[in-house]
Amino acid sequence: MDLSFTETQDMLRDTLARFLADTYDFETRKKMLASPEGRDPGIWRALSSELGLTSAPFAEEHGGMGGGAIENMIMMEELGKVIAIEPWLQTVVIGGGALKAVGGAVADAVIPGIIAGDTTIAFAYAEPQGRYNLADIGTTAKADGAGYVLNGHKASVYAAPWATHLLVTARTGGSRRERAGVELFLIDANSPGISRRDYATVDGFRASEVYFENCAIPGDALLPGGIDLIERIVDEATVAVCAEGSGIARKLLEGTVEYTKQRKQFGQPIGKFQALQHRMADMLIEAEQIASMTLMGTLRLNIPAAERKAAVSLVKAKVSRGLKIAGQSAVQTHGGIGITMELAIGHYFKRATMIESQFGTADYHLERYEALTLPA
Amino acid sequence: MDLEFSPEDIAFRDEVRTFIAENYPAELRGKQDEGDELSKEDFLSWHKVLYKKGWVAPAWPVEYGGTGWTVTQRYIWSEETARADCIRLMPFGLTMVGPVIYTFGTPEQKAKFLPRILSGEDWWCQGYSEPGSGSDLASLRTRAVRDGDHYIVNGQKTWTTMAQHADWGFFLVRTNPDAKQQEGISFLLVDMKTPGIEVRPIITLGGEHEVNEVFLEDVRVPVENRVYEEDKGWTCAKFLLAHERVGIAGVAASKRGIERIRQIAANELDGEKPLLANPFFRRKVAELEMDLTALEYTELRTLAGEAAGKGPGAESSVLKIKGSEIQQRLTELTLEMAGHYGAPYFRSFGEGDNEHGIGPAWANRAAPTYFNTRKTTIYGGSNEIQRNIIAKMVLGL
Repeated sequence: MDLSFTETQDMLRDTLARFLADTYDFETRKKMLASPEGRDPGIWRALSSELGLTSAPFAEEHGGMGGGAIENMIMMEELGKVIAIEPWLQTVVIGGGALKAVGGAVADAVIPGIIAGDTTIAFAYAEPQGRYNLADIGTTAKADGAGYVLNGHKASVYAAPWATHLLVTARTGGSRRERAGVELFLIDANSPGISRRDYATVDGFRASEVYFENCAIPGDALLPGGIDLIERIVDEATVAVCAEGSGIARKLLEGTVEYTKQRKQFGQPIGKFQALQHRMADMLIEAEQIASMTLMGTLRLNIPAAERKAAVSLVKAKVSRGLKIAGQSAVQTHGGIGITMELAIGHYFKRATMIESQFGTADYHLERYEALTLPA
Repeated sequence: MDLEFSPEDIAFRDEVRTFIAENYPAELRGKQDEGDELSKEDFLSWHKVLYKKGWVAPAWPVEYGGTGWTVTQRYIWSEETARADCIRLMPFGLTMVGPVIYTFGTPEQKAKFLPRILSGEDWWCQGYSEPGSGSDLASLRTRAVRDGDHYIVNGQKTWTTMAQHADWGFFLVRTNPDAKQQEGISFLLVDMKTPGIEVRPIITLGGEHEVNEVFLEDVRVPVENRVYEEDKGWTCAKFLLAHERVGIAGVAASKRGIERIRQIAANELDGEKPLLANPFFRRKVAELEMDLTALEYTELRTLAGEAAGKGPGAESSVLKIKGSEIQQRLTELTLEMAGHYGAPYFRSFGEGDNEHGIGPAWANRAAPTYFNTRKTTIYGGSNEIQRNIIAKMVLGL
């Protein structure tokens, strides 16, 4: 067993952390959020073509660094520390993960664009009725000659307004909630028959409702693998948002400790009060456990599917609960100022809250774990 | 002792129900449930209906305009107004400064202010917290210096709810910087139109403008607007805080909140079954009802004690702690129900696409409300402070 990072991995982390420290301060982030596009495309350009960081988890044959899940974890943690609103999860982790899993011509064609920063991907999997069951899909992909025709409505598609490609789950057969017949498609985001309603999300991203109306797509848009492939890339994404949450939990703790050293009430820094000290000690316990579970999940992504799913569900359930404690404690310890737009802490709290339910709540994942591991 | 309503109580309940059905302003219906922001006019429209009926201040003594209702009738009233989803009246005049004025004020102050609080003519705000004085309220530094028959007030208040609409504010100010902290504070009624007052908005996490900073620069306040003795304002402040804590429990509104969650979760699907059939979800609903019932009967016992002449004491901290926690859990459950539709931020929805709504309407404010409701364990004396009060005042530690 070896839980240490390689020199290359340490270097990657340092490069990204330094870049974000220079470019992603709270005030700059606020301006990006308020801009019409909701982000600064120059940042993505810098992360990809200039610094080469988006190449980290890809194979050398595609121009990548040959990394994988650990590199994704490192990056997501650092992005979490500045509550970055970049489409990294969607493009590099999810889109990249799907392409690596299927390989072949489509991987050869699309991965270089991700590395270069020209290709951004959004993951259209959620549906209005679906909650967290990945097979609860009403969107249809009907075979039509050599291609397919998509019809349906995808909900809350993060990063869709910025995407060049959409990764879409749709049903080629079977009835709603049936595992068989669910497939994954990678399509041009500007295909005729796609319409979007764009909005900002409560945690600062841009997202869309995406509607497919007789949207004709080519046959090779289908990435073979069905629901098993979808579950795999969602498990990878789940662990990645846990890593993001891990970075956020650290910042929630750091910011709270710092604040309680400065803020004085009753003639002393409020950090001297035992009630608050214990609360912050609990935050540290949660942050440590979040980091531990994230690492465990990251290292267990390449085991047989049933074991992987059980492991990832334990990770996500623990991280969701930990983020709730960390976020609520940070706000409570700050007092009123923690609920305003003025301090960064509230914005970390908002993102932490959305991660709690992203790809499934603690309850959802405990249920999935129970179903996989406990006798009925 | 009897838990059942008497025939008189049932008749009263029916009267209240009919009155609300016939008189609650049509344009307000559903607004509270959808979490819509309420304008000053919204608040005042219901206020004025109740004023006309003589029901605007049930808790006040009859001589000042109260209803003379029994504890049971007041309980029925709050149940029925919450059940009908009536908006809550602004508390700053009716449940905060009003009782202070009729308890500690001069006959002139009572005559001048109480009728205008009842009629809704004056909108009040509360000038308590300061940037450096939150939980440690008694350390407040806003200074009032006597100048003939005026005080000259300088300083800054914060978290002043709805001050943007206020005609009057009640302010805690330091009149004697040399006395022990609590002993040099006075309670002033300030006309918000007085020169030298500036109100600046603070935007909270859900994007709301509810609270403000209030800056006071050489604000001249007539001495006759001081309530109670000079330097003894802390007595009024404590009295008001204890009263505030009782109302803060929000039992009836939380009951309505649970009812709403039951309705939504019975219709929202989780797979092929309603969300309410999900064992984890229904357990949380059941636990909330358990805790809310415990709170309800604790409040009823407190109110019965009050009716028997015991003022609300440190026990009201119990109500504040549990009431605020329950309010937060309600918003957690609502956000959980929203699922993927917790994410869209309703203030960013563009105009012009009426064909495609974004998620169910009830989900639109789930996340902003969850964020905003973190305030309940902070305001009115944070829950940490409430536990200190229990430890010190009740347990004698």
